[in-house]
Amino acid sequence: MGNPWPYPVLYGKERRFVADVLVLGGGIAGCWAAISAAKKGARVMMVEKAATIRSGSGGSGCDHWHFAIESPLCPLTSEEFAQALVDNHKGYNNGIARYIQCRDSYDTLLELEGMGGKIRDGEDEFKGAEFRDEKTKLLFTYDYLNKYTLRVWGTTFKPALFDECRRLGVEIFDRTMATRLLVEEGRAGRRVAGAAAIQTRTGEMLIFSAKATILCLSYPGRNWIFSSELTGLASFTPPANAGDGHAMAWEAGAEMVMMERSVAGVNGTDGGNAVPPYMMGTHANTWYPCSLIDAEGREIPWINRDGKVLRTIGERCRPAEGQKFFLMGGGVASFPHPGIYEYMPPGPLPLKKLLEEGKITLPIYADLPAMPELERKVIFGMMVGQEAKTQVPVLQTLTRAGFDRDKDLLQSYHLIGQSDWVRGPVPGSWRRFGVNPGGPLVDWDLKSSLEGLYVAGDQLFGGNDHSHAATTGRWAGRRAADYSLGASLPGLDEKQVKQERERILAPARRRGGIDWKELCAGISKVMQDYCGEIRNEELLRLGLRSFGEIRNREAMEVMARNPHELVHALEAFSMISVGEAAMHASLARRASSETLHFKRSDYPHMDPLEWNKFITVRKHDGEVVAGERPLDFWLPFEENYERHNR
Amino acid sequence: MKQDEFAPVEMSEPERAKPVMVHGEHCIGCNTCVEVCPQDVFLPNPSTGEPPVVAYPQECWHDGACVEHCPCPGAVELRHPLMQRVRWKRKLTGEHFRL
Repeated sequence: MGNPWPYPVLYGKERRFVADVLVLGGGIAGCWAAISAAKKGARVMMVEKAATIRSGSGGSGCDHWHFAIESPLCPLTSEEFAQALVDNHKGYNNGIARYIQCRDSYDTLLELEGMGGKIRDGEDEFKGAEFRDEKTKLLFTYDYLNKYTLRVWGTTFKPALFDECRRLGVEIFDRTMATRLLVEEGRAGRRVAGAAAIQTRTGEMLIFSAKATILCLSYPGRNWIFSSELTGLASFTPPANAGDGHAMAWEAGAEMVMMERSVAGVNGTDGGNAVPPYMMGTHANTWYPCSLIDAEGREIPWINRDGKVLRTIGERCRPAEGQKFFLMGGGVASFPHPGIYEYMPPGPLPLKKLLEEGKITLPIYADLPAMPELERKVIFGMMVGQEAKTQVPVLQTLTRAGFDRDKDLLQSYHLIGQSDWVRGPVPGSWRRFGVNPGGPLVDWDLKSSLEGLYVAGDQLFGGNDHSHAATTGRWAGRRAADYSLGASLPGLDEKQVKQERERILAPARRRGGIDWKELCAGISKVMQDYCGEIRNEELLRLGLRSFGEIRNREAMEVMARNPHELVHALEAFSMISVGEAAMHASLARRASSETLHFKRSDYPHMDPLEWNKFITVRKHDGEVVAGERPLDFWLPFEENYERHNR
Repeated sequence: MKQDEFAPVEMSEPERAKPVMVHGEHCIGCNTCVEVCPQDVFLPNPSTGEPPVVAYPQECWHDGACVEHCPCPGAVELRHPLMQRVRWKRKLTGEHFRL
């Protein structure tokens, strides 16, 4: 007999709620969606698996505010920038969300400042720095000529959003996991009528009826790799991002797109093999444009896209001759593809090549002491410190242990430049959806293919980064509120509610069986074996068969000793649904694609012209139906934006 | 539904891993860490005012919310797993350190 459970146990109890707008997920996108819907006068309820004050991928911080194209500092247009983001992925990106991000990023940031988020160097800490605009006291990064990405004090953001939600009367349900979309008549493909959820500490069931529902549950983060032991420090997105939102959309019959896409690597998304985000010396992202040095003290030269050696730090932050701007930041290219020549950024010479030529000795270190004082201070002190999961785990921990940014070289662990955070190459079967993941297909209202269902943030196909989550959440919240104010309340299907009650409580009834960790590990193995680097019809069919078997056997044996374990068992069920969606999408694309990192051994020809299109899959009457969309289905940008911007 | 339809609910035995530690001599048992942790790694102590139980250390995501929101400095400590303890070198002397 173990220790008593410290919370009341409410298995089998149920409460019901009615909202105009139901927001599922209280991360960055969820909070913004709730705020903008509440401002439109809707009654808003927000369901969050963790605690809203710090939850989500961006809850603990943010260093870069991306693509503030409409700020007075940036000379570029949203039209050209959004198109560049799409082109750099050869069309496989979300042009709708990217254009909304470019157009609204700066306004959203100012709105955030009004809520108490810190976005300016008001204390003049970086006065005179090359990356500071003296008039506005805004700090920029990457491209010092075009200034499209701003440095921000993102540890202040989530508490500010949380306070604003409460001020506006958003009803927040923390420690509550959404488990299913409830649909009219209980039939996949019908109007979404709300959601079922479970309280993660008591096991009580909550049933929400809503006129409009917004999915803000991020992309699935741990489908191919699962380890139950001490992996958390290395993962960039929360382990709670198990794909519940994608699973709910799929099971409700929403049309899913780009689900066949995945990338090799762990890159901080999951697995215990990576080094914690930004806790190693690097030149990239948060550490941009830090110098690198080898074991013998030789500096790694930086070059631009044309191979010209860059002599100054400032040159690392300028486009090449003849280049209007370069693209840099999370998800702008489809790693390891560097993107197209037009937007290729500067960077250190490839370490692998230098190593083969005998020109460097490992290990490599980040050379903060060689950086100009304000660059050094802003990298290790502000950027490392404000980025998610860096304030306590990196800045405070390293500083307390004696690391001195003025004197010390922090080791880099991406030994041959494979990827941030990874110790060398990873097996091709270790994959992840993000960044630039698949997800529910949306229109210019960020509405899914289902009536009453909207999507925002990282759960959007092509989703990535903080300002993307904020701007799309803000947009989807308004559209959902508008819709809800003119819509009737849909009826719930009591049969579906009952089925869901039985499904989610089943593991709590068992007095023996397997635990959730084995189930998750087994599901990941199916993904590696049958939906890995190389796929074909036979492998994918076997994968679907394996998941069918697991659904009927091991998933029926999983047990939960308390509500905490029950949540993890339900996450495992989500992982099965997501895996099935990925396999069906992979079957539907009968061609290989470099940009999608998608290899079909039975269709080896890469990117044949007739397959340059989005492939969609959805559940309909017990079958899976495939569809397609042209790669630029969102055009024209400005006209559509204006028509839908109400 | 009757509660005897369900298996007995209990806390599983806490694991011994120590990615996050609560130091009893500084902790006032306010349970702020319990409330902010996104992973629900902590459980409140059955005795009011006592330090929380680190019930699910393996699930710690190391986002640091527990440390940041703790009103008593030093009461909650993140302790990085051994395989993730990085190294650095003093540039002038070549001296090597590890977390």
